[in-house]
Amino acid sequence: MSAEPQGCGAPAGGVAVTENSSGEAIIEGTVTAGGAPARVGYARLLNSDGEFVAEVPLGEDGGFRFFAAPGDWTVRVLAPGGARADETVTADRGHTTTLAVSVTAAGS
Amino acid sequence: MTRSDVLVDADWVEAHLGDPGVVLVEVDEDTSAYDKGHIANAVKIDWKKDLQDPVRRDFVDRHGFEELLSARGISNDDLVILYGGNNNWFAAYAYWYFRLYGHANVRLLDGGRKKWELDSRDLVTEVPERAKTSYQAKDQDTSLRAFRDEVVAAIGQRNLVDVRSPDEFSGKLLAPAHLPQEQAQRAGHIPTAKNVPWSKAANDDGTFKSDDDLRKLYGDEAGLDFSKDTIAYCRIGERSAHTWFVLHELLGQAHVKNYDGSWTEYGSLVGVPIELGAGR
Repeated sequence: MSAEPQGCGAPAGGVAVTENSSGEAIIEGTVTAGGAPARVGYARLLNSDGEFVAEVPLGEDGGFRFFAAPGDWTVRVLAPGGARADETVTADRGHTTTLAVSVTAAGS
Repeated sequence: MTRSDVLVDADWVEAHLGDPGVVLVEVDEDTSAYDKGHIANAVKIDWKKDLQDPVRRDFVDRHGFEELLSARGISNDDLVILYGGNNNWFAAYAYWYFRLYGHANVRLLDGGRKKWELDSRDLVTEVPERAKTSYQAKDQDTSLRAFRDEVVAAIGQRNLVDVRSPDEFSGKLLAPAHLPQEQAQRAGHIPTAKNVPWSKAANDDGTFKSDDDLRKLYGDEAGLDFSKDTIAYCRIGERSAHTWFVLHELLGQAHVKNYDGSWTEYGSLVGVPIELGAGR
């Protein structure tokens, strides 16, 4: 996984953490499938016990955003064709944790 | 009541979406999802604009519901199939709402929009033309709807099921993590409530778990006393409509109410007891 920045400061892979002025503990990111934004798919936020906390559909750009609490979380991405990816992240108040997730459909 | 009386799967919808007498309705909080693409022949209902009173915090009244369904071209004897995003939260809410106003012939698409999308099934942008009807609703069936005084009186008496996430239940968060953290004045939960997050009733793809798994979840694991009446709540009553559907429609519990005031009302009431932490 490379950590090279790619447009809007989002990493090409991995995690980047920046400060935000809202004071919220934000986890956001983008999902790509085969190198292109995943326009159909879902991001689920699970807490450190693996319990479901929230879910959003991916945006047109494959993006998602959660307002979490400080702590450790797992972001689970679901996309067509049985594609699935889990990423663990840490969130902090006043910080935005940015993830880049790439998925491959099972069997493709 | 069996599962097939209240749920349909995606294959059934594909086979029947053109049938006369069957009306597909997509219900969302964010109706731009419908505008970008929806199941063929589906009409849309906006959870907020169409189902909530624009001034008071309450539902549209019986006459308003009649006007809404008439305008959407829905007749009293139509079979209404509801589906939506957010794992069918708002579709389950609409299901409960349709039942509240006496529409018996209504079912949910299992897995909702998510399962449909993950299956890569077809979505269209054409909006169907449906002739206006003269829908007749009934008075609200308040045996399905709980109000605040009843909820306070139910503490320690009835099953209270808080279906929010563990962090909302314990007081760590005030809203689901995909929403800004605002709303109620205080965090926590109603004393004696059991925390059974709605999500435990669903698979990752949004479909409901089996009846056996569900019975185990609420009975053996959460310790609900099925001989008692139950009130389900969440933050604004949409996730708890999903749990109401599970308990009342899938598991056949006789007396289950949804408290649509939920935490945004209870957590702002003066003087009511609140419990913090993981619950007992």
